[in-house]
Amino acid sequence: MTKKRFVSATMAAIFAASLVAGCGNGGGNNSSTTTAAKKSDGKVLNIYCWNDEFKQRYEKYYKNTPSDVKVNWVITPNDNNGYQNALDAALKKQDSAPADEKIDIFLIEADYALKYTDTEYALDVKNDIGLTDDDLKDQYSYTKEIVTSTDGKLKGVTWQATPGLFAYRRSIAKDVLGTDDPTEVQKALADWNKFNDVAKQASAKGYKMLSGYDDSYRTFSNNVSKPWVDAKTSKIQIDDNLMKWVDQTKTFTDEGYNNKTSLWSDGWNADQGSKGKVFGFFYSTWGINFTLLGNSLDKKEADGGKAEVGNGIFGDYAVCQGPQPYYWGGTWICAAKGTDNVDLVKDIMKTLTCDKTTMKQITTDTQDYTNTTSGMNEIANSDFKSDFLGGQNHIKLFAEVAPKINMKNMSSYDQGLNEEFQKAFKDYFDGKVTKDQALENFYKAALEKYPNLKK
Amino acid sequence: MAKNVNPDREAAGRKGAHDRAVLTAQRTGCYIVLGILSFLCLFFFYILLINSTRAHAQIQQGFSFLPGKSFITNFKSLMANETIPVVRGLINSLIVAGGSAALSVYFSALTAYAIHAYEFKGKGAIFTFIMMIMVVPTQVSALGFIQLVGNLGLMNNFIPLIVPAIAAPVTFFFIKQYMDSVLPMELIEAARIDGAGEFRIFNQIVLPLMKPAIAVQAIFTFVSSWNNYFIPSLILNKAEMKTLPILIAQLRGADFLKFDMGQVYMMIAFSIFPVVIVYILLSKYIVGGVTAGSVKG
Amino acid sequence: MKKQKKLVSYAKWGYIFLIPFFTVFIIFNLIPLVSTFYNSFFENYEIGLIQVGPTPVGLENFKTIFTDGDLGKYFTNTMIMWALGFVPQMFFSLLLAVWFTNSRLRLKGTSFFKTVIYMPNLIMASAFAMLFFALFSDIGPVNNILARLGIGQYRFLAEVAGTRGLVAFMNFLMWTGNTTIILMSGIMGIDESLFEAARIDGASSWRIFWGITMPLLRPITAYVLITSLIGGLQMFDVPQILTNGGGSPDRTSMTLIMYLNKHLYSHNYGMAGALSVILFVVTGILSMIVYTYTMNNYDGSGSLSKKARAKRKAEKKQMREQKKESKAAQATSSQHA
Repeated sequence: MTKKRFVSATMAAIFAASLVAGCGNGGGNNSSTTTAAKKSDGKVLNIYCWNDEFKQRYEKYYKNTPSDVKVNWVITPNDNNGYQNALDAALKKQDSAPADEKIDIFLIEADYALKYTDTEYALDVKNDIGLTDDDLKDQYSYTKEIVTSTDGKLKGVTWQATPGLFAYRRSIAKDVLGTDDPTEVQKALADWNKFNDVAKQASAKGYKMLSGYDDSYRTFSNNVSKPWVDAKTSKIQIDDNLMKWVDQTKTFTDEGYNNKTSLWSDGWNADQGSKGKVFGFFYSTWGINFTLLGNSLDKKEADGGKAEVGNGIFGDYAVCQGPQPYYWGGTWICAAKGTDNVDLVKDIMKTLTCDKTTMKQITTDTQDYTNTTSGMNEIANSDFKSDFLGGQNHIKLFAEVAPKINMKNMSSYDQGLNEEFQKAFKDYFDGKVTKDQALENFYKAALEKYPNLKK
Repeated sequence: MAKNVNPDREAAGRKGAHDRAVLTAQRTGCYIVLGILSFLCLFFFYILLINSTRAHAQIQQGFSFLPGKSFITNFKSLMANETIPVVRGLINSLIVAGGSAALSVYFSALTAYAIHAYEFKGKGAIFTFIMMIMVVPTQVSALGFIQLVGNLGLMNNFIPLIVPAIAAPVTFFFIKQYMDSVLPMELIEAARIDGAGEFRIFNQIVLPLMKPAIAVQAIFTFVSSWNNYFIPSLILNKAEMKTLPILIAQLRGADFLKFDMGQVYMMIAFSIFPVVIVYILLSKYIVGGVTAGSVKG
Repeated sequence: MKKQKKLVSYAKWGYIFLIPFFTVFIIFNLIPLVSTFYNSFFENYEIGLIQVGPTPVGLENFKTIFTDGDLGKYFTNTMIMWALGFVPQMFFSLLLAVWFTNSRLRLKGTSFFKTVIYMPNLIMASAFAMLFFALFSDIGPVNNILARLGIGQYRFLAEVAGTRGLVAFMNFLMWTGNTTIILMSGIMGIDESLFEAARIDGASSWRIFWGITMPLLRPITAYVLITSLIGGLQMFDVPQILTNGGGSPDRTSMTLIMYLNKHLYSHNYGMAGALSVILFVVTGILSMIVYTYTMNNYDGSGSLSKKARAKRKAEKKQMREQKKESKAAQATSSQHA
């Protein structure tokens, strides 16, 4: 008897306490940043992101932050979907959140862009924020396609463009094809059939065409003829181009045309160095000057090595367009519904993604390839030369490829399904399962992630 | 070894010599096994340290057993990294892990004492109930937990990371087992006769006797809280509140310009260092407890 | 009679001391748990930012799990990887605990070894997994050594045995020290005079171990077995990080909690809740079986110790008294200090 009463009394007390606490949260504002004037909105600019890349750009290139506005960076790492979880939770509370805690800006990546741009949480850059077509005309069209909602509204902007190329070893190309000239090599690699033929020739000479399974994946998945999911039936549709990737990679693996590595693994990095025997790598703007260059040096810069010809295979790489246009990477800026800083957000977007001078400055300082067609064309037509690429002007190639990228067949499921597709087929390449079994495993994983889809 | 004078060994001459030989062989065997295990255990610390002395480009290309020259560079760049408030993270981790460990052992001991020292109705049922809780996987209620924390308005707060440690069935179970073997009721009754209050008896007599068990569980709780990533990462997103594992994840998720494995390993080494110290400090008690228990009358 | 009356008057303190535990438990564990279980009867998930449900669906979620899920497979995976790590872990922990507490062996530097074997537990699982990646990668040092020995490359993380073996090996390294410490504390609790008596009777270390140590250690062994089994069923971070969440190859290293985690991606409260209920039941049943089996016939004595006890009953009693006295003295002195 006594015990029962005791327990129920405690339960009641606790529920009461949690109720009070719940109410207290809605009404009171205990943000440490709150200033006296609560009614004058917009004293805090809340920016949600997953790393500090944009923070660096913002702090260096945006000088107009009003002195009475505090910029609050909410950084949640991507691990285990952490960033999107945090962002989703915050967006859902956006209506009830106190003005100074409302999200103003959030960043997204292409692979899951539609998840946000197809909702009302992301504001229309033109109608809601006030950027004009004229402001946006210099941006590459694919960067706009990625953040255009299904009903045709532009929901985000980016300061960078990340077109991809195929970076190949000059010495190996000479050995296999008899030439290292980018135009000639491009002719030999102009489509996938030719690409596969070169792989065979390279293999005969003791080289690998690619390093790993997923090197070419993006090039295939960016050129699908239909989106991952049929909008009407919610049916998952596997594009022929993806199955082409499967068959190509299986052949490459079985014939020994690749080294069975994965992106970013130690083997993959090592393959890019002087001991590597790999013909080439699919890399976009940022990868070439940083990752690839760093990997090509024998004596690392940390050990006092210099980035110059003679150190490792510096100067032995060159770039060509490769079989199909694609992009890799990029970060988009979205304005959140309910922001109390519309004008400031507009100015930030305009300065960082529409202003040619600022963007060219970013390119000069950081070698980021920026989202200004005319600005990049100016650099492309200059006498710019990359020593690392043996004197080639790769900006010119980027400028040629970028307008060709077509991202019309995106879906909000791209990130989840692309990941699972590659994971499932890794077992097939490794010879652990049949093609049908791999497909079965893919469907299983896909439906776990997205219970609303159908096989 | 010097004071090792065993009476029965002296008595049996040849048998003693044989015994000694067997003992020496046994010891050698022990040392070999212990040596191999210790090597395996320390090896990973060695590799962590080695990697923290190497530059990003070197680590990326594969493995090395020899140190690099970038220790100071890595340390400096980690300290200079504005978005990774390392020192703040260290303090936060200390608060969370220290708070959890302290609350967990104190209240588990109190709970264990309640079950051990008092006779009351429903005691058996309560004990069984606590044992049943132990069976619930923590991940199982993670979603509900986060929802609750949100409803209570405790996001970006250390309370949901520290206070739940009070109800730690595993710690309770261990201390309870230990109490059963070392805490005689006579002692408590004697203290009562002296007029000590129940709360005072627990704090001043029982707790000190539990030292070895408390030290063991304090370490376990501290370490698991220190290394906990999953729940804290869902609760803390303000830079000044983040704990070390979240900062490490953030460092690993840095963009290509800033991605630096040297810094990541430096940060890992940096986060392990305090736990090692806490562990070595507390391990004295464990070792002490062992000797106290095995000393013969 | 008198004594009992006295105890009853203290009973309220028993309740008072339980308040903090149960208050916290109810708020932070029970409420989330009940809501988790409650959710298992609903269709309730999110696609992106769009909420689906909650719609009551009865036992539909359970039906889905049992009909088209691979629950049995994931359960088997989990148990295999747990056992692969636990058997050697228990073996070495027992061995070490016996050695460390053996007053005859008198090993030197035991405090060093005790300290060191626990240390891998201090490394975060994710950091540990990073190191294993590097060590066992296709071009890593282990494969270098294998190549040099003429064995050839073994792609650890592409092979079922390799992946499961690595997971088990990591768990073994991380938890052996922990188990050793617990077993040691258990052995320390055994009356030393029992060992003395057996030794004087000429029993071998082997017989002492099976005749005294093991039988008397049963409650602690049960504790270790059950907590480790529960920990094993909850195995998550090591295989998750090592296989990048996929449980590759072909889902052969996918554990139950990894499967649960898959449903957390879409915040699928319904399916995750149903899985939780199943996990709860499975863990409960298994723990009960283990507990009953290990504690079966446990009467607080072993075969050898019975004999020894009968023989040296009087002497033992005397020693016990002495021990208690010294402990009481110790307690009072520490109280003063």
